[in-house]
Amino acid sequence: MTTPPDRADVVVIGAGIVGNSLAYHLAERGQRGIVLLDKGPLPDPGGSTGHASNFIFPVDHSQEITALTLDSMRQYEKFGTLTTCGGIEIARTRERVEELHRRMSSACAWGVAAELIPPGEVARRVPFLDPSPVLAGFWTPSVGVVDPLRTGALMRERAQELDALTVCASTEVLGIDTADGRVARVRTDAGDIETGTVVVACGVWSPRIARMAGVALPLTPAVHQMIDVGPIPELERTRCEIAYPIVRDMDALMYERQSGPDLEIGSYAHRPILHEPDEIPSIAAAALSPTQLPFTEEDFDPQLEQALELFPEILSRPGAGIRHAINGLLSLTPDGAPLLGPVPGADGLWSAAAVWIKEGPGVGRMLAEWMTEGVAEIDLHGADVARFGPHQRTPAHVRARASEGFNKTYGIVHPREQWAGDRDRRLSPFHAAETGLGAVFFETGGWERPQWYESNVGLLDEFAGRISHRPHEWDARWWSPIIDAEHLAMRERVAMIDLSAFTQFEVAGPGACGYLQQLVVADVDKPVGRMVYTPVLAPNGGFRSDLTVVRLAPDRFRMITGAADGPRDLAWFDAHLPAGGGVVLTEVTSAVCTVGVWGPRARDLLASVTPDDVSAEGFPFGRAKWITIAGSPVLALRVSYVGDLGWELHAPFEQGRRLWDELWAAGGPLGVVPAGIGVYGTTGRLEKGYRLMGAELDSEHDPVEAGLALPRVKAADFVGKDAYLRAREQAPAATMCTLAVDDHTGADGTHRVPQSGEPIVTADGARIVDRRGRPSVVTTAGAAPSLGRHLLMAYLPPERAVEGARLAVRYLGHDHPVTVLRVGRRPVFDPDDTRMRG
Amino acid sequence: MSTTAEPERRDVLVCIKRTPAVGARIALTDDGLAIDTRHLGFTMGPHEECAVEEAVRIAESHRAAGGTARVTVLTVGPPDAAEQLRYAISMGADEGVLVEVPTEELDPEPTAASILAGLRSAPDTRYDLLLFGTDSAVAGNAQAGIRVACALGLPMVAGVKGIRFDDSGLELRRGTPAGIEIYRVPLPAAVGVKEGINVPRYPAVTGRMRARKAPLRTVPGEPAAGGLRTVALRRPREDRPETVVLGSGAAAAPAVVDVLAELGVV
Repeated sequence: MTTPPDRADVVVIGAGIVGNSLAYHLAERGQRGIVLLDKGPLPDPGGSTGHASNFIFPVDHSQEITALTLDSMRQYEKFGTLTTCGGIEIARTRERVEELHRRMSSACAWGVAAELIPPGEVARRVPFLDPSPVLAGFWTPSVGVVDPLRTGALMRERAQELDALTVCASTEVLGIDTADGRVARVRTDAGDIETGTVVVACGVWSPRIARMAGVALPLTPAVHQMIDVGPIPELERTRCEIAYPIVRDMDALMYERQSGPDLEIGSYAHRPILHEPDEIPSIAAAALSPTQLPFTEEDFDPQLEQALELFPEILSRPGAGIRHAINGLLSLTPDGAPLLGPVPGADGLWSAAAVWIKEGPGVGRMLAEWMTEGVAEIDLHGADVARFGPHQRTPAHVRARASEGFNKTYGIVHPREQWAGDRDRRLSPFHAAETGLGAVFFETGGWERPQWYESNVGLLDEFAGRISHRPHEWDARWWSPIIDAEHLAMRERVAMIDLSAFTQFEVAGPGACGYLQQLVVADVDKPVGRMVYTPVLAPNGGFRSDLTVVRLAPDRFRMITGAADGPRDLAWFDAHLPAGGGVVLTEVTSAVCTVGVWGPRARDLLASVTPDDVSAEGFPFGRAKWITIAGSPVLALRVSYVGDLGWELHAPFEQGRRLWDELWAAGGPLGVVPAGIGVYGTTGRLEKGYRLMGAELDSEHDPVEAGLALPRVKAADFVGKDAYLRAREQAPAATMCTLAVDDHTGADGTHRVPQSGEPIVTADGARIVDRRGRPSVVTTAGAAPSLGRHLLMAYLPPERAVEGARLAVRYLGHDHPVTVLRVGRRPVFDPDDTRMRG
Repeated sequence: MSTTAEPERRDVLVCIKRTPAVGARIALTDDGLAIDTRHLGFTMGPHEECAVEEAVRIAESHRAAGGTARVTVLTVGPPDAAEQLRYAISMGADEGVLVEVPTEELDPEPTAASILAGLRSAPDTRYDLLLFGTDSAVAGNAQAGIRVACALGLPMVAGVKGIRFDDSGLELRRGTPAGIEIYRVPLPAAVGVKEGINVPRYPAVTGRMRARKAPLRTVPGEPAAGGLRTVALRRPREDRPETVVLGSGAAAAPAVVDVLAELGVV
């Protein structure tokens, strides 16, 4: 046992695959003074790395996760710990066959070789499988099995050779001391270590360790059951760890793989079995290991039947028994994604938790980049630990969502699918009125937002012939044609849209202007009452965020950002507050409610409820003014994300109901309709080509590529400026474009509607990749009811980014012809913005 | 049913006990009277698992010789003890009897009384052989088997590591420091089996499927306390072994030789 040093530059807690990889990559990047701690012995300290099933299927619908997985596979291969065996996801149902076609789309999008194969081909590749329940298989030749313990040992060795790493096994962390909100010391049973940087890479124990520093990590340990059946003569004869492809029995939510002479069977089908990090037994008290808990047979029995259907012969071989059976622990989070990055609330504390074996090495590499360069090569906004708001870090929320998410591990998850648990958390003051109007609520950041209103069903007749149709159930799931009708009513009359979910900050103090200048691209030093829409960049010049900044007073600004992006933006702006004071950053989201009124009659509506001047001259586009509506002070912003004349009206939260009722009553004669986020977030936005953070905008793309570079570069320095200046001088590797689907006829002759995430390919079906290796993928898809077209947004390399170019979108295995309508920012609808500026 | 009238049939009873599967360090409840099982799984004792295996082998070889055989597994415990009965059935036992009492840890008198109650509940069944673990994994009193045998007037041998049927009954073997003792007993008989008599099989997948659906017969037990009381449990003092690194590579060889010499190995 090595005694830890008194002082370290970085302390990594947890010697699983993630901690080892991080220590190694930090060392490779020149970091020295790294200490790696684990309370267990090496090489297997008893966490999930030691009992995981260790296979890797590279294709995921998430680009971020696939990128981490592919990077990890390259690392395992480099260390000689990857055995390629191939893998097949099998479908037992028609719905799953469709899902496998979606997998094919994702495989094409991310550049992973894959093939759909018939049942006979499945049986040829896995000769002991009975293909009678199988309809189709998704064959991925690059699927492999890895040895994460060996990889971790090699990574430690390499970091030690560089004289960068001290490894302290069997050393338990007792506490993490903070001083002035910053980590200062890690206390262990073998002595204290002074340090300014601590990484929690503790898998299922991560919340327990993070709590020592006073912060909550939204993670729960959960059971994944697995058994080993053997010895099976056919497998024993291969005399190797794995000679046959791994089978994922997707509809049964199970997998089967050879493990030497045994067949290992794992399940994600059983009831969610969640544990508390504090209740996990110690190494000494555990019968097997702390993360291999007693098997609960009754939970697994239904799975055995399903396994027997596929492998009736080898599972019935005389002498083959269930030799090993565990309730293995893995980490679940509220949305299923990892928890990576600086942890808000404790400076110097980093999280590297909720990571699977297939992502471990890649996560280590990306986090090492993030820690040393300020940003990682792969956009990690979906895994950023800062993405959760306060209520999302509570145990109740974590348990509700993790329970619901567990069975989705192999599930067919619709891109718009909503969570059922822990809803009705954040309600706007308009909620009761909206409920009365038949609102169908979607959730973002805990907010319930109307996606559309069933009370608008009558509009379908009014706009008959102009409404898009989605005959296929999958295309129409979590969607309504009413969205199109609301859109058309807004374009012809006026609509009220609840935007209370916006995250809002106030920045105040003598240093406010200078502080904002160094964080955003646009020049915010404007006269009071002006506003700017601006990118917020990461140090590499990629997008960190995009938001609106309003100057309320010489030393006071309002920042408005998306509901989903709020917590990440808060963390970013908070982390950059000047040490010496002079700036106060306050989140005012819960104090402000917002309703947008847009449409050609918006001015008539507003004028009828306010004594203030809202004429074109008195209240021009791009201005902010305090006005009075129904006796309430309202901050009105003349701005639009849907491309029509109108305002965002921001009112004190408790006076919101009065505001809504007043507008609603006055709007009656004008034909006002309530419109949902289906219009605001998709149809209205798409017609105007507006970009959305997390869809079109991410840290792998810069403002030039996104078409959001500003005409002039301000003199003030700001984060990402050097990279931004470089990007402005180069021809972009890709440009954000708007495309339209020319033919919706799918493979079986039915009308199909691409949903987003699909690859854009050439007219003859070739994958499109830009010179930086980034594929062209649909970032947003949706109807443009004003145009009668279905639009797609995607980055295209220069040779494809040509207006009028004919390409294709690959949806469910079929290439639909598309045409490039716009290259860059110019909108398809009302390209000169005359409606909005009128 | 009976043994003498129908020699082609063999009925074996195995008595097992639900036991916590503990790690290296055993946690006790706050009152110090029991093992803290909140985070533990359950199993049966190793001697009993061997007894089940032995019974299944006896039945298999008897069937292979053309006879019929039946292995009944019985436990005295709470409803959760059904898990251990089903495990035994998945190993190849045919049926299970749960003699229900409120706790796993009865003292030996009510344990034996409950087993007898279980036997009385099926008065027509006459077992040729009653198998027990030689003692239980937790209490280790080694009394339940002998008490049942006495009550039934059966011969009983414990610590047995070999069972063979012959014309006159059973030949039983057990090891002593001096050699092997051989007993011949007539049937019916009771035997306390010791770990090592065989290597128990892992349950087959098909066995587990069968066990899942197998009906268990539940019989009320007789849990009234007997004369033996647990006053307190105490964990033995933990000696933290000290690790001494003797060196690495060839340079460590002389030190290793010294240690081996010290141990008298060389």
